Amino acid sequence: MKEPIVSMKNVSYAYEEKTVLDHIHFELPQGSFMGLVGPNGGGKTTLIKLLLGLLKPDEGSIELFGKPIGKFKERNKIGFVSQKANTFNRGFPATVFEVVSTGLTAKVGYFKFFSRKHKAKVLEAINQVGMLEYAYENIGNLSGGQQQRVFIARALVNDPELLILDEPTVGVDYENVRRFYELLHQLHEVKNITLLLITHDTGTMTEHATDIVCLNKTLHFHGKPEDYTSLTEEDLSNFYGHPVNVVAHNH
Amino acid sequence: MFADFYQYDFLRYTFLTGLMIGIIAPLLGTFIVVRRLSLIADALSHVTLAGIAFGLMVEKLFAIVFSPLYAGMIFSVFGSVLIEKLRSVYKAYQEIAIPIILSGGVGLSVIFIAIADGFNNDLFNYLFGSVSAVSQSDFFMILTISIFVILVVALFYKELFTLSFDEEHATISGIHSKRIHLLFIVLTALVIAASIRIVGVLLVSALMTLPVAAAMRLAKGFKQMMGLSILFGELAVISGLISGYYLNIPPGGTIVLVSIIILLISIVIKQLKFPKKVREAK
Repeated sequence: MKEPIVSMKNVSYAYEEKTVLDHIHFELPQGSFMGLVGPNGGGKTTLIKLLLGLLKPDEGSIELFGKPIGKFKERNKIGFVSQKANTFNRGFPATVFEVVSTGLTAKVGYFKFFSRKHKAKVLEAINQVGMLEYAYENIGNLSGGQQQRVFIARALVNDPELLILDEPTVGVDYENVRRFYELLHQLHEVKNITLLLITHDTGTMTEHATDIVCLNKTLHFHGKPEDYTSLTEEDLSNFYGHPVNVVAHNH
Repeated sequence: MFADFYQYDFLRYTFLTGLMIGIIAPLLGTFIVVRRLSLIADALSHVTLAGIAFGLMVEKLFAIVFSPLYAGMIFSVFGSVLIEKLRSVYKAYQEIAIPIILSGGVGLSVIFIAIADGFNNDLFNYLFGSVSAVSQSDFFMILTISIFVILVVALFYKELFTLSFDEEHATISGIHSKRIHLLFIVLTALVIAASIRIVGVLLVSALMTLPVAAAMRLAKGFKQMMGLSILFGELAVISGLISGYYLNIPPGGTIVLVSIIILLISIVIKQLKFPKKVREAK
């Protein structure tokens, strides 16, 4: 088994009195493409916030790339595309180039300016997601699917080893979802980036992911996509906390 | 007017000061507007008024030479720190900090004015701006503030932009968001204090937001918006000062009216472009 780049041991977290994560043990092996599924309020986003250092666990420990999260300083190793990518202020007058360059701000550091090398890096990331022809367009003028690609480019500009995506396909049409998964597949296979994807779109995700984790306050399932798709309706109902009917479809 | 410009120091100081605030007010204004913090400028200008009233009161009651502009600046910076504190206390209702500080500023102003038993024409100049109010010491203070603000914005441009576009992403990537925001809000306080002499307490927020609102309609990208905002700001300030000089009216009023005219023109230009886009889409 490959070295885990994320390791959570016995992690619990509560918002005031409401426990959302209850003694979670979780490992993300290097090179995997993990799909994280679960009902709303099941703790998926909280788990991501803990990994990103936005929240501190009430209990347990988290390690990133073999280091305790408190001592982990190489934040550019982690790229993040948040849910907010779908709800950002579309009136913000920023070009695609400007938005993607924000991904490099912390890496370049205080009191320093972007060099030609940095600018070339930004254009490379934009090109990687197939948006080069829109590099100097205002991001607000683009479609939802194109904007989503811009936010992925922002996450990729640092050459991350781990890319975390929090429900990035919400509100995106089928064709753009398909292109999105193609891009993820390419990043995973060609660039060897470890992926952690939160989604409700379990159908498409199971076609691409190498591992699936089901989270609803505790970890209910951790296995391969083929094991997940063979779960019974009863298993899924127990996991989601309400009756689930599996309907096979092809979009 | 050019002859007078060379003859009278005060006129030179006023115009040069006007040109400086025509740069720094819209410069900071671009970040204020995109972060939806436009009303913060209003809150801080009213706190500055309290500082000015305090300075005038001290001068009148104790006959101590204490520049009201310095007092205004100290109050403004203190108010900016207080706004940040309140915003962190009321995380879910951050805008509540604005009426608290704004009303606090007005309340203090009224008390200081009452204690000093009213002021002369000087307070009117601070409220609406003046073409003859900038002294040599004011000029050098505003020059220092302008250089400092431009330098800090240039040095921290990428952090300020990243924070303005997506605060959560900025924090995750390791930027000290709270410190950068505090720096930004203190800069805003300094710019407001510096602009008071020309535009006046009641109209300073307009110079920070109206040119930006106009530029936003036309610009492609943030840097272009910043450049256009400064251009519109300068246009408004210069027309305000010239008309103020010839018509003997406070320049603040004209600066705001010219800014509104520029804004209306930018809206019309955008409207003329927009129907074309709709037709294309259909």
